[in-house]
Amino acid sequence: MDYIIETEKLNLFYGTFQALIDINLRIEKNIITGLIGPSGCGKSTLLRVFNRMNDMIEGVKTTGSVKIAEKEILDSQIDLISLRKKVGMVFQRPNPFPLSIYENVAYGLRVHGQKGKKVLEEAVEKSLSAVLLFDDLKDKLYMNALGLTLEQQQRLCIARLLAVVPEVLLMDEPCSALDPLATMRIEELMIELKKLYTIVIVTHNMQQAARVSDQCGFMLLGELIEFNETEQIFTAPAEKRTEDYITGRFG
Amino acid sequence: MAPELRETFAHELKKLEEKILEMGDAVKKMLAGGVTAFRKKDEAGLDSVVDMDDVVDKYNLEIETRCLELIALQQPMAKDLRTIASIMRMINDIERMGDYSVDIAKFMKKMIEEEILPLSEKIAGIEKVVEKMLNETVQAFIKRDLKLVSEMIKDDDIVDDSFHSLFEEVVAEINKNPAIARSAIYLILIARYYERIADHITNVGERIYYMETGVLKELHV
Repeated sequence: MDYIIETEKLNLFYGTFQALIDINLRIEKNIITGLIGPSGCGKSTLLRVFNRMNDMIEGVKTTGSVKIAEKEILDSQIDLISLRKKVGMVFQRPNPFPLSIYENVAYGLRVHGQKGKKVLEEAVEKSLSAVLLFDDLKDKLYMNALGLTLEQQQRLCIARLLAVVPEVLLMDEPCSALDPLATMRIEELMIELKKLYTIVIVTHNMQQAARVSDQCGFMLLGELIEFNETEQIFTAPAEKRTEDYITGRFG
Repeated sequence: MAPELRETFAHELKKLEEKILEMGDAVKKMLAGGVTAFRKKDEAGLDSVVDMDDVVDKYNLEIETRCLELIALQQPMAKDLRTIASIMRMINDIERMGDYSVDIAKFMKKMIEEEILPLSEKIAGIEKVVEKMLNETVQAFIKRDLKLVSEMIKDDDIVDDSFHSLFEEVVAEINKNPAIARSAIYLILIARYYERIADHITNVGERIYYMETGVLKELHV
């Protein structure tokens, strides 16, 4: 089995508050893994561990082991810029830069030192094609990205990640701000993208987790209660707490 | 105590379960009514059994429709999903039990018109075991009791053995007295239909097992 993300005895504290408790997790390559659980259970905190975004929060302490592609990322020597290139993130609210569509996608490459016009153009076309935006926007690449629809903006944010050739895409409720049709299309995109990338998605929408994920983890009060094939989680979960949550007995 | 979330859904599930119990009860009445009417040579009683099939069919359609509605509107998961999916399968089996009960009543009527063989007494014995199986299954469903399902499965072997034994006895009788062949064949068919009802009851038992455990398997090997 090819695991791209592995955690062992992962614990995280916000000051004295323990937000993650002994998380042991192995995520396979090229699948979609869903993280579900009630508000405040630690899903987004766990997601942010994978690209060390929690480092930006004051007073955070992380212990244990987290490996991305067999490399320990909690090591203080880790190059965070390289890590965040390898492990990209999209957020609940699409956040394109106030730049043109072209510059949004090229930005990451420029930051990593890429200057060649041809290389940038090819990368922009490839990334926008991967998110099914290129055909619609090829004649408007210098239009301000903020003029796009929310769905297009979210696709653009994903394209921005793809341009720097990541291995993992982290998605924190990527469809929360979108209408049902747009949500459906982003979900279709995710299923397409998993052929090349590993995706971890945090979602409050259980039906979404059931639709798109291959494996699913249920979290509660900082613990990973159950982690299994999505079909198993949603038809016959092993843990009563998982069953109670997904049947809506508590939320 | 905090109110349970999804009270409406829980209530709807309970109503669904009550409906399937009513459907099972209708079939129980058909079984019991058939053998009672046959003993009394009550042809009108047997006609009533045939008429009851419409009741069973109505339950079948009503419950299936409600199951689909609940799936669409409530997006059930895990045990709730297994319960609804199992009920959708169970109603097919119960509907077939109703159909077989009708066939039994029709052939009983023919036997009354033709000739009732002494061997017909054995039918009551087979029917009794089938009714016991149905009662055990109903209780297993209400209490979610898998031990009762196991007990019921053992009774299916009794029905199978009784059928095979009766078959041999009837063949022997036909050989002795070919004139009784027509009635004898009715008798075999009636026994066979009871045996098929028992098979459908075991199917229901397997669905109860699945509802509780999430494991789909043949319980009667």
